[in-house]
Amino acid sequence: MNLKTNTLSDEQLFEQYKKQRKAYRKSITFWQLVIFAAFFISWEFASRMEWIDPLIFSSPSKVGHLFAEKLIDGSLWFHLQVTLLETIIGFVAGTLLGIILAAILWWSEKLSKILDPYLVILNAMPKVALGPIIIVALGPGYVSIIAMGAIICIIITALVVYSAFREVDENYVKVLKSFGATRWQCFTTAILPASFPAMISTLKVNVGLSWVGVIVGEFLVSAKGLGYLIVYGFQVFDFTLVLYSLLVIAILAALMYQLVEKLEKWLIKNTAG
Amino acid sequence: MSFLKLNHISHQYFHDKGYTKSVDNISMAIEEGAFISVLGPSGCGKTTLLSIISGIIQPTHGEVLLRNQPLSNTASGIGYMLQQDYLFPWKTILDNVLTGPKIQSKETEQTKDKAIQILHEIGLANVVHSYPKSLSGGMRQRAALARTLMTDPNLLLLDEPFSALDYQTKLKLEDLVSSLLKEYNKTSILVTHDIGEAIAMSDRIFLMKANPGEIAEIFEVPIEIRNLQPFQARKHLKYQLLFDRIWEELNELENKHPV
Repeated sequence: MNLKTNTLSDEQLFEQYKKQRKAYRKSITFWQLVIFAAFFISWEFASRMEWIDPLIFSSPSKVGHLFAEKLIDGSLWFHLQVTLLETIIGFVAGTLLGIILAAILWWSEKLSKILDPYLVILNAMPKVALGPIIIVALGPGYVSIIAMGAIICIIITALVVYSAFREVDENYVKVLKSFGATRWQCFTTAILPASFPAMISTLKVNVGLSWVGVIVGEFLVSAKGLGYLIVYGFQVFDFTLVLYSLLVIAILAALMYQLVEKLEKWLIKNTAG
Repeated sequence: MSFLKLNHISHQYFHDKGYTKSVDNISMAIEEGAFISVLGPSGCGKTTLLSIISGIIQPTHGEVLLRNQPLSNTASGIGYMLQQDYLFPWKTILDNVLTGPKIQSKETEQTKDKAIQILHEIGLANVVHSYPKSLSGGMRQRAALARTLMTDPNLLLLDEPFSALDYQTKLKLEDLVSSLLKEYNKTSILVTHDIGEAIAMSDRIFLMKANPGEIAEIFEVPIEIRNLQPFQARKHLKYQLLFDRIWEELNELENKHPV
């Protein structure tokens, strides 16, 4: 056996290695699909056998029917676009404002020292608890909901990005200063681009957070959107509707996450070579 | 008239529990085109001294005169080379070399041609559009040198620029830097803890002692060694003699002020 493998050429060994890698990847995908199928089959089965209360937990087939129905009558798209738009705007606004806040903190070390305890408190506080105040202040409409989506990620973005700014090696700034660079030039030439990886990872966190903010916002005020459907389903005791909304949210959040990952790959390819 | 003059420079670092005197009463005069070394153990304030000369740190006492002008009036004109290359990893070698002109808003087709020419001269012609991470340590440090030379500094500050390299690369780079600086007639100050490097590269050596950082002694490098390339200089008889003298002096300093 040993003798036989030793006689293989490098090329053949490489082929063998590729085959093994391919089989490995296939088995990963296979098990992912197994979990997926097992989950839905056991859910359907348990619901039909009434091991779980079908009124509360519904079943995949009922959710699927509802999905098809809503897709045909257009209401899926109607509610989906409302929530999706609110989330995207909230996500972008929250992230940008967070980065701007981080830049301001970096600009003035004194200001960052002064604000430090307040930022810590703001970060620890559950932002959704501000919901009622925001709604009264900004009115019960999409502006409040977007504000919820944004506010939930501003502080954490600012803190993470600010610490990334500070971790950039001082010697990069030293090099630029020896050329007579201004503080703004140091920021745009060294600090900001060096912090792109940290910013991308906050984007990934923010995708999830802004969904939470927007859905909670819709719980509180709206008359349309996926969060509204969940509350409505809960009030009329239609849990198929609740689970259907959750399913749509899960799909959308996963898609948004994928987009951010694509953006990350693109950025790495185009900035770091 | 000296090109660069330090008048009684002292600097303290203040912290919560008091202060540390980093450098104390340092005076030196350097002529244009000279290559001098500041040699000393770690913690003797060598890097602080360079930061003061470059204008990044304001000394608590004393003044730095460049062509009889206080530093603040001369703005840049000073090139800084650090222990590591600090090339921006997201920029190509060419863009890295063009950092200086870009910061000074002087980026033109001409500066681009000049950058490519310098990269040619320095042996990096075929990596102009590569990214730093695909280059070896020696190549990266050469690119950093090109970046420093781009802005035509009158004065070059070299803060242990060869200390992170392997020995062979270091020797090669010493030769390259030495001949380039002679060619462009730059005034340079090299900070190092390597006795051999200081002798092989410079015209004069300032030996510093630590706590506080003071100049302990000044050595003139014999003219025979000065005119040789660093690699050849290391083989010269007088190199060994000077090495031994400095070595003894360093040991004596250490005995007087045990670390």
